[in-house]
Amino acid sequence: MTSELPPEFIVKIDYNMCRQCKRCVMNCSFGCMHFTDRVVPEHKLCVACQRCVTFCPEHAITITKNELAYKENTNWSPETRQNILKQAETGGILLTGMGNPRDYPILWDHLLVDACQVTNPSIDPLREPMELRTFLGRKPDRLEFVESEDGEIDLATELEPQVRLDVPIVFGAMSYGAVSLSVHRSLAMAAARSGTLMNTGEGGLHRELYPYSGNIIVQVASGRFGVHSEYLNTSAMVEIKIGQGAKPGIGGHLPGEKVDEDISKTRMIPVGSDAISPAPHHDIYSIEDLSQLIYAIKEATDYEKPVSVKISAVHNVAAIASGIVRAGADVVTIDGFRGGTGAAPMVIRDNVGIPIELALAAVDERLRNEGIRNNASIICAGGIRNSGDMAKAIALGADAVVIGTAALVALGCRICQKCYTGNCAWGIATQRPELVRRLDPQVGAERLTNLLTAWSLELKEILGSLGVNSIESLRGSRERLRGIGLDPRTLELLGVKPAGVGQ
Amino acid sequence: MKMVMRIDCKGLYYRKQNKIIRNAAEEGETEFILDNANGQRYIGSGIEKKIKITVNGVPGNDLAMFMNGPTIIVNTNAQDGVANTMNAGEVIVHGSAGDVIGYGMRGGKLYVKGNVGYRAGIHAKEYKKQVPIIIAGGVAGDFCGEYMAGKILVLLGLNRGEGVPIAGNYLGTGMHGGVIYIRGEVDEYTLGKEVSVLPPDAKDMKVLTKHLKEYCEHFGLDLDEIMSEPFVKLQPVSSRPYGSLYAY
Repeated sequence: MTSELPPEFIVKIDYNMCRQCKRCVMNCSFGCMHFTDRVVPEHKLCVACQRCVTFCPEHAITITKNELAYKENTNWSPETRQNILKQAETGGILLTGMGNPRDYPILWDHLLVDACQVTNPSIDPLREPMELRTFLGRKPDRLEFVESEDGEIDLATELEPQVRLDVPIVFGAMSYGAVSLSVHRSLAMAAARSGTLMNTGEGGLHRELYPYSGNIIVQVASGRFGVHSEYLNTSAMVEIKIGQGAKPGIGGHLPGEKVDEDISKTRMIPVGSDAISPAPHHDIYSIEDLSQLIYAIKEATDYEKPVSVKISAVHNVAAIASGIVRAGADVVTIDGFRGGTGAAPMVIRDNVGIPIELALAAVDERLRNEGIRNNASIICAGGIRNSGDMAKAIALGADAVVIGTAALVALGCRICQKCYTGNCAWGIATQRPELVRRLDPQVGAERLTNLLTAWSLELKEILGSLGVNSIESLRGSRERLRGIGLDPRTLELLGVKPAGVGQ
Repeated sequence: MKMVMRIDCKGLYYRKQNKIIRNAAEEGETEFILDNANGQRYIGSGIEKKIKITVNGVPGNDLAMFMNGPTIIVNTNAQDGVANTMNAGEVIVHGSAGDVIGYGMRGGKLYVKGNVGYRAGIHAKEYKKQVPIIIAGGVAGDFCGEYMAGKILVLLGLNRGEGVPIAGNYLGTGMHGGVIYIRGEVDEYTLGKEVSVLPPDAKDMKVLTKHLKEYCEHFGLDLDEIMSEPFVKLQPVSSRPYGSLYAY
């Protein structure tokens, strides 16, 4: 069927400025730019990834929204009509990538952080030490000590395995296959330099990255791709993926075209075969089954690695998290519905799940009330955009936060949301060798390290202004947050007072 | 002569029992006999050495999970999750096995003399020379071979009662790789829509005979008698069953 979809974007080329270097033609991975006697764009193919705009030496290219493609109508937005046309033409599920772009309230922007004035002085992080170190893992209920004969006091309590983070930010789970090896390399190097962790996602770990084992979370998902005992042991932590924020309750398909020789080797499936991850783990139909998998992993890793369980933020998230902690997880990762880097059906991405702010507050509260908060660390994922969001998440009860989208943006992603096409012009969500080469892992690692350094400096500023010198003093300290423009019920759920109210 | 390590599992917590096995295997012990096993989980889990474990009594769930090399012989029944995400090695069960056996299995052999439960062999996959094989002498429950991406799964349906189907409903649903051989007939309505039924060719029979010969040796069965009944072969219609699901 011929498509009646009008182009979404219009590519304008100022031919007075263009010097016909053809860089735009070479850079466009979506086949939009052609050269006849001059550069001619095929507007329909443009996805606004801004690759050509960035690399045009004369700044002769501008991309604008095709404003008049659809007549204005408040009920029927251009996107709604475009989607109906697409489905009328294909009969398929609408696929999208890179998280929920809809206008849902972002509660981080309705939370404000406290600061010290006069009575309890603020601290200057430029000259005073600030502790950002965080340990992920199960903490004991109480500590016992023994005194040796020479009067030394030693810890008698046997501690469960802990993973040390120098910054409370870990990279989000993005599988090799969904993203390129250059992305995995960049993440692993940056994690090692910054003293934090990257997460393999569910596509296994490329052999080349085995030396970074101390900075890697290896994921076990329903497809069990590339999961074997050596993989489990080449890690700082193992994560069981139950859900992802962008698509709660949904599995994943890596299309066969993306399964090349290297990915085949890492996932341990034949070249060109679809990698299908079913929605549930078929050996987990209950909390007891989850516990069985947690302890299977602990057995296979000789109880040396913390085990994390990652879930989407859904309505009943607090009770689910409680079950997960009681099942033996050392870390619970909660992924909010605004997050997500991979491909997801649009209807799920846009309509399923709850905001991470509310989920985090509910989980922290529930675990505290049940007296089991110390049994697991909480990692907060899904829509952390800056260090302010991170500070607020920590004050709401998170031990650490995850950045996925922010990390990819640091690597060059322009959030055009075409990850699932495999044509990423920035060498991120693609396996086309000529595109993968565009992302230099050395440069990528440097950019990611810079981002983490910048956020750490900002977090120290926030801690200083709060008059505390350790992240531990901010963790779960909701008294240092105030809400603005929130209704009383939401404030209650978040456990914060409205702005204007003192102690 | 090397001694066999005998462990009395009566009242022994699984964590302690498996630690004893792991440590001894690390020190070079190659053969273990577990007596009075009574539901201890994860026997052989994650072990990379080519040891042999004989289990007397009933082992617990996730026997041989993530296993990579050992041989485990179970002299009675086994429970759920046998050979879960197993990479290499052999598991021989002289009785029946429970649900979700061979889930995500990527290599090695699982031979069960009796029946297997629901969701047997689901999402098993193969990679190059690593082709997992599951043979069950009896019948299988629903969702057998679901989402299978590669593997040889054989159901023999021996000693089954009158009118008992050899496999339950949704056989091979979502299957996109590998092959299922069934001794006897399957009703069309029990099949997942992603599989087709074919008569096995000479190459199939050669593969089947090779594996069944080994299977018969383990359980003292007569190969000729087993091969005397015709087999059917189930294979996926497409290696990309969900390729046209999306609007791009």
